[in-house]
Amino acid sequence: MTTPEMGLFSSFLLILVSAAFTDNILLARFLGMCSCIGVSKKVDTSLGLGLAVTLVTASTAALNYLVYQYLLVPLGLEYLKLIVFIVVIAAFVQIVEMVIERVSERLYNALGIFLPLITVNCAILGASLFMLNKPYNLMQAFGFGLGCGFGWFLAIALIGGIREKINESAVPKGLEGPGITLIVIGIMALAFVGFSGMLKV
Amino acid sequence: MAESPARILENGLWKENPIYRQVLGICSALAVTNLLANTLFMCFGVIFTVTLSNFTISLLRNHIPPRVRMIVQVLIIATFVMMVDIIIKALAPDIHRFIGPYVGLIITNCIIMGRAEAFASQNKPVASLLDGLACGMGYSLVLIAIALVREPFGFGTILGYALPAREVWWHQWTIMVMPPGAFFMLAIATWIARSVFVKKPAK
Repeated sequence: MTTPEMGLFSSFLLILVSAAFTDNILLARFLGMCSCIGVSKKVDTSLGLGLAVTLVTASTAALNYLVYQYLLVPLGLEYLKLIVFIVVIAAFVQIVEMVIERVSERLYNALGIFLPLITVNCAILGASLFMLNKPYNLMQAFGFGLGCGFGWFLAIALIGGIREKINESAVPKGLEGPGITLIVIGIMALAFVGFSGMLKV
Repeated sequence: MAESPARILENGLWKENPIYRQVLGICSALAVTNLLANTLFMCFGVIFTVTLSNFTISLLRNHIPPRVRMIVQVLIIATFVMMVDIIIKALAPDIHRFIGPYVGLIITNCIIMGRAEAFASQNKPVASLLDGLACGMGYSLVLIAIALVREPFGFGTILGYALPAREVWWHQWTIMVMPPGAFFMLAIATWIARSVFVKKPAK
């Protein structure tokens, strides 16, 4: 539904909102589940990881877009995209880690431990791969990355909050831990299905 | 560290099953299980990658400097994933259109990194090959089981073939096709597996 005559900003916003809500990367596309289930036991760790993921997803989506469009396509090396993307992500995470360590110790303490986890978070590589399915420009690719990251942030924060409460209730033995978390996520996914059809991009 | 081949197989398939015991690699487990055909191709991809990358990493384990270990492992895995991606694209372009991004995401599938770290970097090549095969099969076992529930309920078919007398009794469970169905099915599979097959308390 993004038409050329739409303003740059409104199409950016539309893609962002639809990536965050109607096509939530965790709840509708199942990406980043492993770290989500592993880390979402508490709200504050969820927030920390969510923030780090949002930052990295948005930036690497834009970076990978540039690399793909201006390096791989002209050279006819599209089939190398998997390797190139993962290297870009790993390198970016490494650089962010070093910068944060230098700039702000507080931020480093809050985000630092999550950064290595991020390289293998499939939501980030996923955002870069799904981005290629649509004819986005740079701004829209950035919006898509930001939306994916924000959607993930939203989902993991909510799940963290629910899990804190669940810890106090009696859950059947075999369902403890991942089992009950999956059911919670399933119910949340049901709620998010309500958003689908609201926007089509 | 030497374990017998039978033990390795048993661990991968059953005792340390990547999906329900270690809760690894479930992103793809959820995404591709709506149709059995998708699932089978995905399983092929994962088995191929985990087996060969385990073997390769184990071969190189004494030559990789520890500091760059992760990046070397990722590159090795990415190489095999690229091969799988090209193979699936050639064999089944229709299926590839749907599961393509998830095939790419095998790179970040934690099962593969996990096995490379936990097993292949410490064991002999042949044992690692077996371990990768066992884990890949353990993963496939759970995925196929889930797909065998989701496809009949969601589409009334198995591998694209209509179930017998479908018009008479079958009614579509839309939720099985949609994302929430995947989460519920995996939760149920985990529940059953943990409480029935794993007698030892999971702590």
